[in-house]
Amino acid sequence: MFPEIGHFSLILSLFFAFFLAVVPLIGYWAGNRFLLEAARPLTFLMSFWVFLGFMILSFAFLSDDFSVLYVSQNSNSQLPIWYKFSAVWGGHEGSLLLWALILSAWSSAVAFKVRTLPEDTGPVVLAILGVVSTGFLSFLIFTSSPFVRLLPDTPVDGGDLNPLLQDFGLIVHPPMLYMGYVGFSVAFAFAIAALITGNLNASWARWARPWTAFSWAFLTLGITLGSWWAYYELGWGGWWFWDPVENASFMPWLAGTALLHSLAVTEKRGVFKSWTVLLAIFTFSLSLLGTFLVRSGVLTSVHAFASDPTRGIFILALLILLVGGSLLLYAVRAGQVRSNVSFGATGREAWLLLNNILLTVLTLTVLLGTLYPLIFDALGLGKISVGAPYFNSVFTPIALLLMVFMAVGPLSKWHNTKLKVLLVSCLVSLFLAVFVSGVLVYLYEFTVLAWLSLAVVFWVVCLSFTDWFNKVSAGTKGIIPRARQLPRNYYGMLLAHLGMAVTLVGILLVSVNSKESMLRMSPGDKANIAGYEFQFDGLSHVKGPNYIADKGQFIAYKNGHQVAVLHPEKRLFNARQQVMTEAALDAGFTRDLYVSLGEKLEGDAWGVRIYVKSFVRWIWLGGLMMMAGGLLAALDKRYRRKAGV
Amino acid sequence: MISFRLLVLCLLLNLSSFAWAEEVMSFSSDLNQIRYQSLVNELRCPKCQNQNLADSGSGIAVDLREQVHQMIEDGKSDQEIVDYMVARYGEFVLYRPQHSSATFLLWYGPFILLAIGFTIFVSVIVRNRKRRNGARL
Amino acid sequence: MRKLLFFIPLAAFSILGVLFFLQLGKDSQYMPSALIGKTVPDFNLVSLLSDEILTQEDLPNGPFLINFWGTWCPACHIEHPYLMALAQSGITLVGIDYKDEKAPAQRWLVEKGNPYQMVLMDEMGRFGIDMGVTGAPETFVVNRSGIIVYRHQGEINEQSWQQLKGYLK
Repeated sequence: MFPEIGHFSLILSLFFAFFLAVVPLIGYWAGNRFLLEAARPLTFLMSFWVFLGFMILSFAFLSDDFSVLYVSQNSNSQLPIWYKFSAVWGGHEGSLLLWALILSAWSSAVAFKVRTLPEDTGPVVLAILGVVSTGFLSFLIFTSSPFVRLLPDTPVDGGDLNPLLQDFGLIVHPPMLYMGYVGFSVAFAFAIAALITGNLNASWARWARPWTAFSWAFLTLGITLGSWWAYYELGWGGWWFWDPVENASFMPWLAGTALLHSLAVTEKRGVFKSWTVLLAIFTFSLSLLGTFLVRSGVLTSVHAFASDPTRGIFILALLILLVGGSLLLYAVRAGQVRSNVSFGATGREAWLLLNNILLTVLTLTVLLGTLYPLIFDALGLGKISVGAPYFNSVFTPIALLLMVFMAVGPLSKWHNTKLKVLLVSCLVSLFLAVFVSGVLVYLYEFTVLAWLSLAVVFWVVCLSFTDWFNKVSAGTKGIIPRARQLPRNYYGMLLAHLGMAVTLVGILLVSVNSKESMLRMSPGDKANIAGYEFQFDGLSHVKGPNYIADKGQFIAYKNGHQVAVLHPEKRLFNARQQVMTEAALDAGFTRDLYVSLGEKLEGDAWGVRIYVKSFVRWIWLGGLMMMAGGLLAALDKRYRRKAGV
Repeated sequence: MISFRLLVLCLLLNLSSFAWAEEVMSFSSDLNQIRYQSLVNELRCPKCQNQNLADSGSGIAVDLREQVHQMIEDGKSDQEIVDYMVARYGEFVLYRPQHSSATFLLWYGPFILLAIGFTIFVSVIVRNRKRRNGARL
Repeated sequence: MRKLLFFIPLAAFSILGVLFFLQLGKDSQYMPSALIGKTVPDFNLVSLLSDEILTQEDLPNGPFLINFWGTWCPACHIEHPYLMALAQSGITLVGIDYKDEKAPAQRWLVEKGNPYQMVLMDEMGRFGIDMGVTGAPETFVVNRSGIIVYRHQGEINEQSWQQLKGYLK
């Protein structure tokens, strides 16, 4: 009974989404205030029914209703309760429902604030979000309903959630990731609304800024969580694989970062107007592209969902309608915009233009690398792989270049900067950066690329603090009052930029300074890796809620003192009879100790992988700093005041 | 002095009761081990969804790792090993695609884009300067 | 002219759209063999049935199938009756007992019947690597002139045979 209500509520939500897409637009063209004002209630109604559908699916999972096909494929009565809840988005259908839920949540948030927008713009923005919702809800209902029943042959028990996904990481990673790239739909909707209404002045950029910053912060968190999850869950200590699906979430992030900066220029100076609109479309299109790549089966990836051709066709049609339609609108309308503001070669506009160009090049590089095997195949040239070695050698130099400029940008002033001031700060920092990194490289015998990266890190840190110091020391008031006067927006930027530097430290040191070993160990054996002594005490059998496991015990010593006890496991999951490696790790600020059990060898010996990962936490620490920076920027008082709330 | 003696004692005890673990794969030189690591990281497991030889636990990955190990110890060069794999499993196994006319755009595309980007940057700046000069007159 | 610039994104996206449309429905897992168009690589393998060492000189005159199998492989169990039927209809099959042990393999052939004209033992999987095999079962089609023309990964059944048989000439 409940699943049918769930299905019905999704149909109702589609119904309201469709009206949301159509009614306000008719109202706009007909100049009918009543139809325009219908947008707000329609949004809330649509969101309510999606929410109800999601609740009913969650209830089906929590109550082990295996008569529902999707539940029976992704859950099991033995599954711990918190995983039953996260299993809701463990497969294609449910994660698509989560997509729709989050989209409706963002739409409702916009609807909540819609009174702060001009009377004809707000409803049009909601209508655009309605178009996107209509597309995704029909995709959900017509090709991927999560409420399909297995009546009357209800299975006794479910097939269980993929063991890889039975983890805290999966509870939080997908919702955050989707919050991020679905959130870019708001900036997209603002941009399209601006194209439709022709109000392509700076105001749309001001409205879109906090929304974009929020989405960007969520996406940053989502990607960070994903990387952290892969690191500890997949058992070989990698934190980024340049897998097509990872790239699919990374591209909107890169484009979104560009958008964040470009919106600032458009808002403050009224330049790059048509470019910013294009970037907003581009960013959300990349989110849609990611959804297409993951769900259509055109790419081979560890994370791809099982797919069938109808779904592929449907989502391609959706992609073409949404992206093609908005690019067509752009081509027709954007040509009319011209800006009369000018700026000099040292103005902040120029630095941000450089930022946008480099970020766009980086986005297109990832896109090229991700799609090249597809292009190759389509042209009948055979099968190739494009993986980490490619991205490391092509992406990294351009990214370092970006970071060099990233540090200088904040020092510049709008319109024009005094070249002398800029040069002095830069020369001092350059000297410091080269010198400090040179000493470190000399002491630790790092490679040239490591030296270059370290120099960039110090460069970013020095210039960021120089900039802050310049800003707080100017004027007559004391440092602390000045520092408190600087806007949140500024501190957000500073934090995010420093976060980049922290992440780079992590990436760099984990790649040049880590030690790994694959050992044959019997109980009682010891191994010495990077100054740590690991002692294998032995194995015990343990029984989990839905698995049995061999649990090893390793004790790590440094200079004779015990530093950690590690319990890596090899789990055999009951329902799927699938073996999973559960690595054990001891996290630290400057190093992680990481032990995972490999194969059982002859006798009582085991293959054991032991890693000492240098500064690996910094990768995610930097990610968290960037996220916090994004949130600070989004919460800047300016937006609230100007928005009139 | 006492602590030093204790330390020696501990070490002796350790040595007497524990064996040092050995590497699953032994190499005749450190260089060989580094070469092995970088090769198995850059070769794709032909059967897996998207994993390199180093990370995959599948049977064929284990065999191919052993093959790489043996070829390195037999004194084969990296290029010979790569060619060997490509002859059997195709270009697909290389995570670093070989440079050829078909992969020209892949390898140099980003840098061409970079050049285009800088051209755009310069032209925007120059146009702005012209406009400003025009405005001043 | 300036107007046209704004159509560039749309044009680029259209090309991508066509690309995606072409790739939809293709099996992204399908992997063509690197050995297509080549002869069977050199080998020195022991025959499972007669204990003599055989080389490619001993291969039958084409066209024939080379089938990699093993007693450890569940899909090979499923495939076996179909191979028997093929052998009965006059198709020449060469079996490679891949990463397997001698005794159970011999027992398998006695119990289930032997569809192969010759069976070679590849205990270490070295010949498998030379053939670019990633698992079992895998089947290669060798044509009349001794050239490998097709490779099928996975079991042979009525459906996959329809594809294979076109190459067997």
